[in-house]
Amino acid sequence: MKAKFLIPLILFIGLVVFLAIGLNRDPHEVPSPLINKAAPVFEVSQLADANKTFSPVSMKGQVWVLNVWASWCVACREEHPVLVELAKSQVAPVVGLDYKDKREEALAMLARQGNPYVLSVFDGNGRVGIDYGVYGVPETYIIDKVGVIRFKHIGPLTMDLLNQKIYPMLTALKKS
Amino acid sequence: MIPEFGHYALVLALCIAIIQGVLPLLGAHFGRRDWLVLARPAAQTVFLLLAIAFGILAWSFYVNDFSVLYVAEHSNSQLPVIYRLGAVWGGHEGSLLLWIFLLATWTILVSQLSKALDDFMVARVIGVLGLVTSGLLLFVLTTSNPFERLLPAAQDGRSLNPLLQDPGLVFHPPMLYMGYVGFSVAFAFAIASLLSGRLDAAWARWSRPWTTAAWVFLTLGIALGSWWAYYELGWGGWWFWDPVENASFIPWLVGTALLHSLAVTEKRGGFKSWTVLLAITAFSLSLLGTFLVRSGVLTSVHAFATDPRRGIFILIFLSLVVGSSLALYAWRAPKSSMGGKFSLSSRETFILLGNVFLVVSAGSVLLGTLYPLLIDALHLGKISVGPPYFNSVFVPIMVPLLVLMGVGPWTNWKQSNLLAIIKHLWLAGLVAVLAGIAIPLIMGQFTWLAGMGFMLAFWVIASGCMQVARQAKAGKPTRSFIGMQVAHLGIAVFVIGITMVGAYQEEKDVRMAAGDTVSVGGYQIQLQSVNNALGPNYRAMRGTFVLSKNGSNQISLYPEKRNYFSSTMPMTEAAIDAGLTRDIYVSLGEELGDQSWAVRVYYKPFVDWIWGGCLLMALGGVLAMSDKRYRLKLKSKFS
Repeated sequence: MKAKFLIPLILFIGLVVFLAIGLNRDPHEVPSPLINKAAPVFEVSQLADANKTFSPVSMKGQVWVLNVWASWCVACREEHPVLVELAKSQVAPVVGLDYKDKREEALAMLARQGNPYVLSVFDGNGRVGIDYGVYGVPETYIIDKVGVIRFKHIGPLTMDLLNQKIYPMLTALKKS
Repeated sequence: MIPEFGHYALVLALCIAIIQGVLPLLGAHFGRRDWLVLARPAAQTVFLLLAIAFGILAWSFYVNDFSVLYVAEHSNSQLPVIYRLGAVWGGHEGSLLLWIFLLATWTILVSQLSKALDDFMVARVIGVLGLVTSGLLLFVLTTSNPFERLLPAAQDGRSLNPLLQDPGLVFHPPMLYMGYVGFSVAFAFAIASLLSGRLDAAWARWSRPWTTAAWVFLTLGIALGSWWAYYELGWGGWWFWDPVENASFIPWLVGTALLHSLAVTEKRGGFKSWTVLLAITAFSLSLLGTFLVRSGVLTSVHAFATDPRRGIFILIFLSLVVGSSLALYAWRAPKSSMGGKFSLSSRETFILLGNVFLVVSAGSVLLGTLYPLLIDALHLGKISVGPPYFNSVFVPIMVPLLVLMGVGPWTNWKQSNLLAIIKHLWLAGLVAVLAGIAIPLIMGQFTWLAGMGFMLAFWVIASGCMQVARQAKAGKPTRSFIGMQVAHLGIAVFVIGITMVGAYQEEKDVRMAAGDTVSVGGYQIQLQSVNNALGPNYRAMRGTFVLSKNGSNQISLYPEKRNYFSSTMPMTEAAIDAGLTRDIYVSLGEELGDQSWAVRVYYKPFVDWIWGGCLLMALGGVLAMSDKRYRLKLKSKFS
């Protein structure tokens, strides 16, 4: 048996090992080590105006939602009506983190689909995303009055999730 | 009672599929003719039983039997009949049943159309297909039974996802699966010939039309999916590099390589072990695609509900099928003889190069699709891969491939004179360069990317025309020659489409009240009114727009914003005025108050050429398949 004919089999075994590991990790529920820890601080420019910056410090005293999105992200478009709903409810402000995107394309998408965010920050090189452990876009974080991350969801938000988990949580956090 | 018959038919089909998978293979190995003659009747019985099961599931949808869990989850009584039938494969259980049913369909076609083939080969091919069928049936029966009851029955069903309530959904999955599953035939032929040690030209000639047929279905299936996304999702795009799209595109790329490699094996007896490996890979990737979609390891717009048991089952099944095939390959392939020698400037070399580019591009798409998973498994952090990666990696690989496509068909087998070819081809090169400069200038703006797109497309077209002219002089061209030309022309048409849309589409987002006009791409679009409309299972706001070009050719367009009764999400139904040289795409957005609406309009030049190109590729495949030499030569060889 010539060794080179074994190469496809060896490659395939490697792939299976990875898939087996991947199967044990639910992409929707990657446990975030950041839950109940202070939200990483950053100061980066805003999407709409590169001269203005935003930092989570300015949100102290409020319960707020951080939503990671991008114009190239397909699932974000699916999620978009839910975010609009969340914004309309005025339960909590939603800040967008525009992840690894191009400014023009991101702004065009907001203009086209409606803008649910009080403001979006621009994370063109994904630096902020690394601090937050962004796994895939979209992702959503709930941050409480003292700046602690209380909840993280990976993947698009749904109306069910909004009604069953997010609204109750936001309301409870606002009271405390 | 009827759904229980369906369940019973599946159990029975599993038992017979095991017989179909085991006895013929053993019979062929031990020379027991009484065992291997079981192959055909067993395959026919399995097909019949699966047809019954599938028919019963469809019936349950037709009569709104909401005591069947799967029906209750994917249909409701207000759903129009056509979508109730489409809903049969609108969820996980039903689409798997469709997968298996189509596998049985391919099996029965092979068993009916292989009368000329020797019994041992037929027994092995049907046996391999039987093993695959049994594995999948076991999967359905243990983890995804579509006939599971819901007692007490639901009053009404939950209904089909509104996104999927579209004629596109009725045809897209069957076409796509027909292609996916069709590669199982090439796979079974490859395994059978490895088992028998008869890896020869006859094997390639047998596999070729089957592979082409599967490839045609896959091409049509992917094109339909892309077209559906374009007009139904309301985003105006035609390809999103979504993991599920990639899962169908990767086997297509490898299948395309396989088609070309089979040609070398048939004509020259070369590349045998490479061709076998491609046949195994194409089907393995189809299975891997099923794994990725069904197990939920990747998030995607196409994701169905996930269940870890299913993922584990498919992974084990995948490991058994692919692992044993590759082990068999490692054991048997080295014994296959080398083909005839060929020089560096020969058709073999060009096909090999093209194969390398196709396989590398398939590998890079696969890598991008699996990368988030791999990185996570290695605990290196979490990343996401989007279109920026795919566009920057995939497109550069396609450029040399298209250049090769213009030269390859001119070469001869074994040895050819490259200098003489270049002397022929300078004219095609000139046409290509002129087109690359002129068309962007006519369109009003020159960009290097557009210039390159047109240059490559016209390079392929001009070279193709010259080949046809040369062939016509030499005598009546064969169907497979015409098929090749049509398919290559399809690629060129496709490239023109994506280049035009990429470089010259116009998009406007405006706020419009009744009477307002927006102009795009030289057309004027006026909003006349927005009214309420009622569909069978939804309420809608329907806009009436009038499209005109400088006052003439008035056409009305009716985009809608629908609220389905069964869903909380509003759906956007774009209105499209399609044309040979452009689409005008209007979609109605949010109401902005004081009687005005957010409206999005697109001008998309030549966008339909994208799918037109795919149709030409498929047509080329059909022509090549129908070449009479497959029928004549086979008869003379085996009779």
